[in-house]
Amino acid sequence: MTTTAPTKQRAAVVGVGQTHHRAKRQDVSMAGLCREAIDRALADAGMTFDDIDAVIVGKAPDLFEGVMMPELFLAEALGAAGKPLLRVHTAGSVGGSTAIVAASLVQSGVHRRVLTVAYEKQSESNAMWALSVPVPFVMPVHAGAGGYFAPHVRSYIRRSGAPTHIGAIVAAKDRNNALKNPFAHLHNEGTTVESVLASQMLWDPIRYDETCPSSDGACALVIADDDTARGSVSPAWIHATAMRSEPTTAAERDQVNPQAGREAAASLWKQAGVTDPRRDIDCAEIYVPFSWFEPMWLENLGFADEGEGWQLTEKGVTALDGDLPVNMSGGVLSSNPIGASGMLRFAEAALQVRGQAGEHQVDRARRALGHAYGGGSQFFAMWVVGADRPD
Amino acid sequence: MARTLSQPVTVAFDYTRSTGPVVGRFLGGLRDRAVVGARTSTGEVVVPPPEFDPVTHEPTTDFVEVAPSGTVVSWTWTPEPVKGQPFDRPFAWALVQLDGADSPLLHALDVASPHAIETGMRVRVRWAEETVGAITDIACFEPDDDGPPTDAVRGAAPEGEAVTGVVTPVSLDYTYAASPEESSFYSGLAEGRIVGQRCPACGKVYVPPRGACPVDGVPTDEEVELPDRGTVTTFCIVNVPFLGQRIQPPYVSAYVLLDGADIAIQHLIQEVPADEVRMGMRVEAVWRPREEWGTTIENIAHFRPTGEPDADYETYRKHL
Amino acid sequence: MRDVAVVGFAQRQMKEFDGSPTCVELLVPVFRECYEQTGFTRKDIGFWCSGSSDYLAGRSFSFVSAVDAIGALPPVNESHVEMDAAWALYEAWLKIQTGEVDTALVYGFGKASAGVLRRTLALQLDPYTMTPLWPDTVSLAGLQARLGMDEGRWDEAAMASVVARSMADAEDNPDAVRKGARSVEELLSAPMYADPLRKHDCAPVTDGAAAIVLAAGDRAREACERPAWITGLAHHVDPLHLGSRPLTTSPSASRAASAAGVDGVEVTELHAPFSHQELVLRDALRLGPDVRVNPSGGALAANPMFTAGLSRIGEAARRIWQGDADRTLGHATSGPLLQQNLVCTMGATT
Repeated sequence: MTTTAPTKQRAAVVGVGQTHHRAKRQDVSMAGLCREAIDRALADAGMTFDDIDAVIVGKAPDLFEGVMMPELFLAEALGAAGKPLLRVHTAGSVGGSTAIVAASLVQSGVHRRVLTVAYEKQSESNAMWALSVPVPFVMPVHAGAGGYFAPHVRSYIRRSGAPTHIGAIVAAKDRNNALKNPFAHLHNEGTTVESVLASQMLWDPIRYDETCPSSDGACALVIADDDTARGSVSPAWIHATAMRSEPTTAAERDQVNPQAGREAAASLWKQAGVTDPRRDIDCAEIYVPFSWFEPMWLENLGFADEGEGWQLTEKGVTALDGDLPVNMSGGVLSSNPIGASGMLRFAEAALQVRGQAGEHQVDRARRALGHAYGGGSQFFAMWVVGADRPD
Repeated sequence: MARTLSQPVTVAFDYTRSTGPVVGRFLGGLRDRAVVGARTSTGEVVVPPPEFDPVTHEPTTDFVEVAPSGTVVSWTWTPEPVKGQPFDRPFAWALVQLDGADSPLLHALDVASPHAIETGMRVRVRWAEETVGAITDIACFEPDDDGPPTDAVRGAAPEGEAVTGVVTPVSLDYTYAASPEESSFYSGLAEGRIVGQRCPACGKVYVPPRGACPVDGVPTDEEVELPDRGTVTTFCIVNVPFLGQRIQPPYVSAYVLLDGADIAIQHLIQEVPADEVRMGMRVEAVWRPREEWGTTIENIAHFRPTGEPDADYETYRKHL
Repeated sequence: MRDVAVVGFAQRQMKEFDGSPTCVELLVPVFRECYEQTGFTRKDIGFWCSGSSDYLAGRSFSFVSAVDAIGALPPVNESHVEMDAAWALYEAWLKIQTGEVDTALVYGFGKASAGVLRRTLALQLDPYTMTPLWPDTVSLAGLQARLGMDEGRWDEAAMASVVARSMADAEDNPDAVRKGARSVEELLSAPMYADPLRKHDCAPVTDGAAAIVLAAGDRAREACERPAWITGLAHHVDPLHLGSRPLTTSPSASRAASAAGVDGVEVTELHAPFSHQELVLRDALRLGPDVRVNPSGGALAANPMFTAGLSRIGEAARRIWQGDADRTLGHATSGPLLQQNLVCTMGATT
């Protein structure tokens, strides 16, 4: 009988896999898409399905693919038949929260090795439609995710006094980073700040080239216990995880610098023993579907003081060769299978500390942040992974 | 009078699904009037073919054509069909084990009554007039009174041109009901009134009102009538057209903080060039003609500038 | 493993709820009851987890508005599964096991009456080879029932006995939506509906919400005089496709029962939306003939989607609180024809 709370058991990412993300993966079924990521993750981990104790699936609203609770029909294809299977749905942060639930299976000592996969095959419908299905009685002013976030981006620009080309710096950076990521959806050569500023305004102040694509894709991780991880090549040890949520609309809710994000980050840094994120974290994969979210999240996460996040961007701190590279993979701006995007952030952070990020590897990255958000900037899921085994 | 307002909603989309090689092979077989199964690593023939082997998890590659006739292993009667089912009058479903297969396939069975079916009876595929590469190429099963069982496994499945995709329309009808608080809000709008509610715990005024104050989790119940003017806190200019959109772009989508409210409502700003809309701009509602009113915020066609000086940034800063 | 107990349970269920599918109006009083039972306030809750489905509501992100019922500012540690809330309970139990939190509130909700439930659930099937035919849940259950009859596992009298007992027990359950003792003979004389099922063999379409409070160690003892300690919690899934698994047994239910350990269970609440499915589960869970099944009336008395599984656990926990039993079991199912199953065993001692 325990009266004091035990500490979490050690867990690490020992296998990472993802698909080639594209606008339409017409060469595969939903199962095929998931298996592409899963098979890569298992191979990376040096395991087969027989080594897996449980399968955790994450994806965004079922309306995207028109299948209710798809983990049910996919159970056999995902190797879950005869095992425990869970399906998490926390809106856009789902890829991240799914990885956290998977980690908790190991951290609690319930399982030794879990497989987790997050996917979206949104080309089967139309993402804008699925996000904007009219609700009776409500004004159909909504124009997809961009239409929801653009007013808050305007608020950020006003509150911070940021120069208006900051978003374009982020977009050019992420799109050029994607050129070094063979899995990324967009491989747009020649993106510059000027070319981004010249692209069409979609939801003023957000431009076309500052907007994420709609992608089909999947991401999978194998998360294992201490014994397994110690026997595997370069595990990414999970140093900390945090999730926080707040309501969509509440009087005086801060949509630009949400409290849930700040509190999740504070909890995360505390667990990870990070006192100065700017210094202690080597690189970060954060959920930036519209370019201006980079400076906003840098502040929300505590990498910069409120109102100053844009300065890190402007000075090149977040560039691939900068002091705190952000979205080395090209980020959500370059690939956005909605259900998978959060897990891709978590996965890319793991690849960095494992030294497996190939051309977009940050030199000597030992601690990385993976971050995801969802809903009306109200659901946050994040983790810190490291090359060092925690004490 | 009903406690809440409700309205029918249909959620519909024609999903364009890529099938991958295994499902594609099965559907291609149907298009060519052949039923294709797979032999799994256990030696069993499964119809439809699973995409991955149940034991080895390898992608399925061993395809086998089975006979278009077989035996009923179970059946049931559907007295009240739902939309989209193979028949719109009472009919039977059956699990049919086709000759050559080791497991059954689910489909409809066309018989006049439940008395005309029994487990073990022989049935055969009735093909659709036009086969396109979909499960509905089998229109249904029908009794097969002629002759003894056909030959079992017919050998490797012949392969026609690959099917790579299938369109599956999904349409669902719902009755959508608003909560009692939302319902009284919309009923107020039908009378030209904007009525919010105050939370007894924090004192904030919510419009539209909620079932519970999102901060305190307690029901908001004190009605507060609000004026139809307020301040634009923030906004965007929507340029992009999209599927299902009902308002022609470009248009200004704004958050309007009505005087006395503690959260902003979303609405349109018009009667001003989009690039002249500002944070802090004072606006007033423009109502449609009274005879067009219903229980909807759309009774307000849009908001327009009042011409007053912009509100001080400090008055709305905390609402951003 | 930490000792974790079920210390609070509340529910609201009805034939037809006329309010919003977000069910905030139902959740607020359900949460209030949980606080009254345990003495906790929302600040005492370390983790929140819900179970619900967008397709039941007919809109994406339908679980998001339900977060309003929590009072989630300051922000809360919260998650959601698109499954019956029994699996949200599993996620919450895991969270407590990691040591990150000591208490959790799990909730489920669903307004099945907003659509045509037996049609909507056809979307759970294989999208290429099954859903385009729109097989409804009652028809699928009928196929399963007949298979069992043909195999000699049960007959219509056995199914009617399940209904008779459930409806009689439901008389004592103020939350039951369908109740009324009738004899087996009376039931068998009712007309066939979806041969071989009669209407009373099928759970009523029900709207509702429910919540359970979990607490660890001393937090459990301070919340409840006689906590229902979770002694086993496991879940498994079978393949969906009807040709890929036996339909008259439930291997995943058996696996979950073995993993959770069902020895000594006196009372069980089984989530069986069709009468014959109780017979499948009794076998799969290897329950002895002396085990009392569904004193609440079970799903045949009320089957609010995404909540009914959680409520089985809550009802089973109640038997321990009330001193009716020392060892109970709550079961939840998901997917067509008992495809996925969760077993939660509880005891009066840890």
